[in-house]
Amino acid sequence: MKNCYHCGDECSNTQIKSEEKLFCCSGCKTVYELLADHAMSDYYSMEDTPGIRVNGSVDDSKFSHLNDPKIQAKYLQFNDGKTAKISFFIPQIHCSSCIWLLENLQQLHSGVSHSHVLFSKRTLDLTFNPEELSLGQLVALLASIGYEPDLSENTNKRKRSSNKRLLLQIGVAGFAFGNIMLLSFPEYLGIDQSFQEFRAFFATISLVLAIPAFFFSGYDYLKQAYLGIRQRYINMDLPIAIGMVVLLVRSTYEIVSETGTGYLDSLAGLIFFLLLGKWFQRKSYDALSFERDYKSYFPIAVNRESNGKTEVVPIEELNISDQIVLRNQELIPADGILLSDEALIDYSFVTGEADPIFKKKGEVIYAGGRLMGSTIHLTLSQKVDNSYLTQLWNDQAFTESKRGDLNSISNTVSKYFSIAIFIITLITGIYWQLTDPTVTWHAITSVLIVACPCALALSLPFTLGNITRLHGHFGLYLKNADVLEKFALVDTLVFDKTGTITTRTGKNLAYHGETLSLQEINALASAVQHSLHPLSIAIKDHLASVQNEQLTSEFQEELGMGIYAKGEGFEVKLGKAIYLGKVSTQDKDAGSEAHVAINGVYKGYFSLQQEFRPGLQDLLQRLRPNYEMHLLSGDNNHQKSEFKNNFSFESLNFNQSPKDKLEFIKQLQNKGKTVLMLGDGLNDAGALKQSDVGLSIADHLHQFSPACSAILSAQSLDRLDQFLKSSKTGIRIVWASFALSFCYNVVGLYFATTGQLFPITAAILMPLSSISVVFFASFMSRKYARIRKN
Amino acid sequence: MSVIYLLIMISLVVALCFLGAFLWAIRSGQYEDDYGPSIRILFDDKQKKKDETLQSNKQAN
Repeated sequence: MKNCYHCGDECSNTQIKSEEKLFCCSGCKTVYELLADHAMSDYYSMEDTPGIRVNGSVDDSKFSHLNDPKIQAKYLQFNDGKTAKISFFIPQIHCSSCIWLLENLQQLHSGVSHSHVLFSKRTLDLTFNPEELSLGQLVALLASIGYEPDLSENTNKRKRSSNKRLLLQIGVAGFAFGNIMLLSFPEYLGIDQSFQEFRAFFATISLVLAIPAFFFSGYDYLKQAYLGIRQRYINMDLPIAIGMVVLLVRSTYEIVSETGTGYLDSLAGLIFFLLLGKWFQRKSYDALSFERDYKSYFPIAVNRESNGKTEVVPIEELNISDQIVLRNQELIPADGILLSDEALIDYSFVTGEADPIFKKKGEVIYAGGRLMGSTIHLTLSQKVDNSYLTQLWNDQAFTESKRGDLNSISNTVSKYFSIAIFIITLITGIYWQLTDPTVTWHAITSVLIVACPCALALSLPFTLGNITRLHGHFGLYLKNADVLEKFALVDTLVFDKTGTITTRTGKNLAYHGETLSLQEINALASAVQHSLHPLSIAIKDHLASVQNEQLTSEFQEELGMGIYAKGEGFEVKLGKAIYLGKVSTQDKDAGSEAHVAINGVYKGYFSLQQEFRPGLQDLLQRLRPNYEMHLLSGDNNHQKSEFKNNFSFESLNFNQSPKDKLEFIKQLQNKGKTVLMLGDGLNDAGALKQSDVGLSIADHLHQFSPACSAILSAQSLDRLDQFLKSSKTGIRIVWASFALSFCYNVVGLYFATTGQLFPITAAILMPLSSISVVFFASFMSRKYARIRKN
Repeated sequence: MSVIYLLIMISLVVALCFLGAFLWAIRSGQYEDDYGPSIRILFDDKQKKKDETLQSNKQAN
């Protein structure tokens, strides 16, 4: 299999060529030729296959609404008729080639005079001449090379300065911290008599420097703490804010009353280090969301009909008024109007209602439902909203919280932590007040400064975030970070057979029985087109050369059994031998079978010799020592011996209906097992949902099943053991970070309560603990939770 | 020793200048994109030169 020169996808045929280079689709080829014509082939020299798949040609009229002056005014930042400025949000920007291409747009069209990419924000700033190139044309130009801007995020009011404020705060706090520390040096080193006259002067300057640091740099902490108190909720910022206020008030009192020089160095240092931690955290989150946004295009594809031809396109390529064809069990990707006479839609993913809803021709069908029964045609009335599908996936209805949720544990820990600190402060205060009142202030401020739950709260998102990102990179898309925790607990693996550990190609399909007439072949083709079962797809591919599909008036699919279709002049029954009321005539090597009866007459059967996915045997061998493994299959048990000899499963279960599979998982769970189910999301959706971690295998052509908690790309199946291992390591790292920050707090509190901690040491120790925990979490997860490239 | 008053004031003014420079750098957006410039410097600037000569020609005319 060759990969596309432009986008790197696998090419399903070798026909689309230009200058000896192979492309997966004409869209990619067009982009290549366009760039080659403008001497811009450098695009491909910087990174391998940098392109973004472009399907079909882009229609200029699609963006013509952008030429309306009113709409333009909404987007343009500046326009005087000859020069216009705009900034686009382009989520597809992902590598240096993107920057190069977008910054050389003037070579593609002379109307563009200047372009600049802001990589971290994935925005493109453009200056262009609206007389030469209208806004609509400009957007069409970008779309034609695969960089269609996301205009919904694109109003000129968009804020861009989120990071600037934090950096300004850090600058001011750092400035104050450094200078106050210099001015405090005489104090640190011990003061001789000659210094006494300058003491007040130094202290006053320190106070002047500390005030902006307190009110500007520390503003967010004070505000959050205040909001927390108003809502009668103890948050993490409260102990910090109290520590800050106590420090400032005490220092001011000392300086004004000339009794001392205060602890302003600690105050500025505290704010500075806290802000640094926050900056580091934000940077990591940015990196996470960058990766996530870019990868969040689920590998879902549907059949689009245009000019009488059907082609498979990724759902994000779909446009309003496109016609799509959906088959039994397929998910409705976007709102649309039904063109077929009738449809039965299961909205249980959206509403939780199990009864399917009946729709008639011309009615609107909403996204998120799942089609039951025969194929329908749909005209889309909305664009596919990936975020809606993600949301559906993340929906509460599918997040089972059977076992303890680590995230909430972390929150609870923080809360009790705050309360514990207040109690310790109180006891310390009372103790010193009774024994040695001069130490009271010192001890209380130290306790309030040294204890901080930040480290606790930081380690979890950092570790899990890092690992989720890593997994996404290697083809495992987790629903959310919580799944990772369950992933680590898994001790039992259950595999589905057909379509999961076997491939879905129909290469080894053979027909045994009476020769079918052309008419019968057509009838059969018409029947199988409705079904998504791997065998149906294989048969459809097998018949592809002669098919001429006819309308079917009735279609039923009994999961795990077979399909029934009725149309004008024919009636097809296809499925297991029992489904047709026959006794199976098994021959040992036949593989999966589908028996055919047309118009009530038994014709013969198709047999599919299934191929196992590459690397499967090695994978199972590696998993064997640590996991209990089971196989579930809806097929008959003729392959049993093959499985017994080649693979080491704990149990082999054949002839399982979808319900049996679900029950099987339940039984394992009742025995106290944490079960990972690996399926294709078709006739095992129930089992996927029941299992602790439902992993759905995504082939090139993927079925989206909101019931699963993670999607695994089929090419990455052989890395399953590594995914499991790295999740386990991740959870261990979280606990290790907890322990580390706990140690810091114990040591700090010991010094603080005994009054031995000088505020400067405390002010350094505390942020240091946050920062070191963050570094520990990121470093460890990078080093030990790694996944090998093959 | 009272010269220390003057020295401290001068050192503070110098430090304030650096703070000002840092704040200016943030406001002018130099910290907005820390990946782009590292890539941009590697791009062949043949094309840009051509553009520049074109532009200077235009200006000359």
